[in-house]
Amino acid sequence: MTELSIDRFVDRYARRTAGMSASEVRALFAVASRPDVVSLAGGMPYVQALDPAIITGVITEVLADVGAEALQYGGGQGQVSLRRTLTALMHEEALEADPEDIVVTTGAQQALDLVGKIFIDPGDVVAVEAPSYVGALTAFGAYEPRFLPIATDDDGMMVDDLERALVAGDRPAFVYTVPNFGNPAGVTMSLDRRHRLVALCREASVPIVEDNPYGLLRFEGEPLPCLRSLDPENVIYLGTVSKTFSPGVRVGWAVGERSVVERLVLAKEAADLCGSNLNMLITERWFADDARWRGTLSTLVDTYRSRRDAMLAAIEEHFPDGAMWTTPAGGFYIWVTLPTWIDTKSLLAAAVERRVAYVPGTAFYPDGRGADQLRLAFCHPPVNRIVEGIARLGALLHDEGELYRSLGGR
Amino acid sequence: MKVAVLGGGRTPERDVSLRSAHRVVAALTDDLGHEAWIVDPAEFPLVEALQERPPDLCWLSLHGKEGEDGTVQRLLDLLGLAYTGSAPFHCEVAFDKVLAKDALEAAGVATPRWMVLEGSALRDLGAGAALDLALERVGLPCVVKPSRSGSALGVSFVARATDLAAAVMSALSFSDAAIVESKIEGVEIAAPAIGEPLEFLPLVEIVPKDGPYDYAARYTAGATDYFAPARLGDDVAVATVAAARAAATGLALRDITRVDLMVDAGGTPWVLEVNVSPGMTDTSLLPMAAQAAGLSLRDVCDVIVRAGSGREAG
Repeated sequence: MTELSIDRFVDRYARRTAGMSASEVRALFAVASRPDVVSLAGGMPYVQALDPAIITGVITEVLADVGAEALQYGGGQGQVSLRRTLTALMHEEALEADPEDIVVTTGAQQALDLVGKIFIDPGDVVAVEAPSYVGALTAFGAYEPRFLPIATDDDGMMVDDLERALVAGDRPAFVYTVPNFGNPAGVTMSLDRRHRLVALCREASVPIVEDNPYGLLRFEGEPLPCLRSLDPENVIYLGTVSKTFSPGVRVGWAVGERSVVERLVLAKEAADLCGSNLNMLITERWFADDARWRGTLSTLVDTYRSRRDAMLAAIEEHFPDGAMWTTPAGGFYIWVTLPTWIDTKSLLAAAVERRVAYVPGTAFYPDGRGADQLRLAFCHPPVNRIVEGIARLGALLHDEGELYRSLGGR
Repeated sequence: MKVAVLGGGRTPERDVSLRSAHRVVAALTDDLGHEAWIVDPAEFPLVEALQERPPDLCWLSLHGKEGEDGTVQRLLDLLGLAYTGSAPFHCEVAFDKVLAKDALEAAGVATPRWMVLEGSALRDLGAGAALDLALERVGLPCVVKPSRSGSALGVSFVARATDLAAAVMSALSFSDAAIVESKIEGVEIAAPAIGEPLEFLPLVEIVPKDGPYDYAARYTAGATDYFAPARLGDDVAVATVAAARAAATGLALRDITRVDLMVDAGGTPWVLEVNVSPGMTDTSLLPMAAQAAGLSLRDVCDVIVRAGSGREAG
């Protein structure tokens, strides 16, 4: 009689890996990769808006002009010329920053990890929106916090709920929010709530981590002030060029008080010494041509807007009564809430069978909620595919309703 | 010998299938001196790939529908290619739990009480009204599973009558029929067998650390403890192998199979299901059983290749 160990390191792994388990949903996405499946799952930007000839030119220029620098190590804080560019980008959203207050990261995803690394001790409370960006939950999760999910509505995080938690004695290490066209809910925090959140957190001495990947992808309406511009001392701001330029260059950044940035730089150096000089210089060069990047951004906004419009119209036409959904004014995502008897995780198998895929809602909550919700991404497929995908999903939802009623449900 | 290892495909078990296929290719080439390569039907049209580089034998490492339900086997028969594993009709019966349960019962094999709910019967024939009857017949707690699916996908454990409808809906997301089966409390056992005729390897006892032996418990290293041979008394072990053998014989399986059973507190083995394409990854049950018998992956592959190539193709 032998006890078999299928992984001889199984008793050696750190506690923080306990949550990393095999996932049925990931397995189902293997089926969703069929070309005839309309994937409304992934948040892949429309990089086809970038002309390969122009990008080739940009890369050639970088190598010709500053090739030795591009191919060398750099400082942990990132290329200063790029940091200047990033201040100009933030200025587009009326956020002022000094290049010295910026640390360039490998995508904003690394900034999330570094923020977790410098702020979270095991057992600390981290307040997050419910639902929240799944990549933030997994990045923070590695530092073993206790998540405090704060509900959201069409005006973003329900700050009253956060206040109640603070009054009840919770002292989060920080509050994490995606205030503009959040992933996955697509909602935007109202101006009133921005002011109240900033005031509440300042009063309670709880830092805010503001993650703003989608801010410049606004389809309509007036931009709202960044939280950091309302309280620069208490807000750490995260940005990325993944949605305005390319996710492939992996350029993101964090802005904070000098003391915070110093720690982030040390944490960054411990993680990977420095970001890719080549990618940073390519990014800087891309944004150096004002007309070029603005033109591309405007193409992106127009493309995403028409895709959102198509998806909303198709949902309106094809989804059954009882379904609710958000109407994003920008970004990539629509969030759908279905009757509670639907389990969107197992339904994904049937959806893929009908050649359409989405992301089940439970991924976006730290506490298992969201089984009756799902995320739809309108950023990637062209309009006709979006319409086809929503029609397939709508037909499935109608059939599920029929099945439910046949089982005695009302 | 030239062996095309069919693995991957577009099923939820794609990754598992590819992991198995890579290990089999390594064993066939490095250890046994065959010429072996992977053919992934998701990457390249299968017929074209097999015509372009014709093998002497196809090793079937595909999981799920198409790979296990007789579809690919019928296609290979048409192409006149020899393959490992059971014949199309027997794959079809084994993979479809609705058919397999009947076949097991017909073969006199003890299998937990069950009933079938078909999606079309619910939608068109008002079968929902018979849900109470189903529960009466099967009892609580029960297990609800899709008729045609693998790796415990879509399987729910139901303790309260009010949860049955949701479990049936989940199962029907994965297949056109759901099996509602009486839940046997006891020890979970896998009985793998290889060769023609099939020879059983040592039994493997499965002990999930937390909750049921579901998808995560199967594929997360460390989530489940395994014991081989299983910690059963001699008589119980003999009875368990006999039940597994009766199941494999009753379903006319060959070359490679795995019979999954529960042994209840009284020592009675109950056959839950049979698999015609068991996993061959480093965390799979069949290689574990082989290891307990002192057999390497090379030995296992050799037995299966001989079994599969010893028949007339088509």
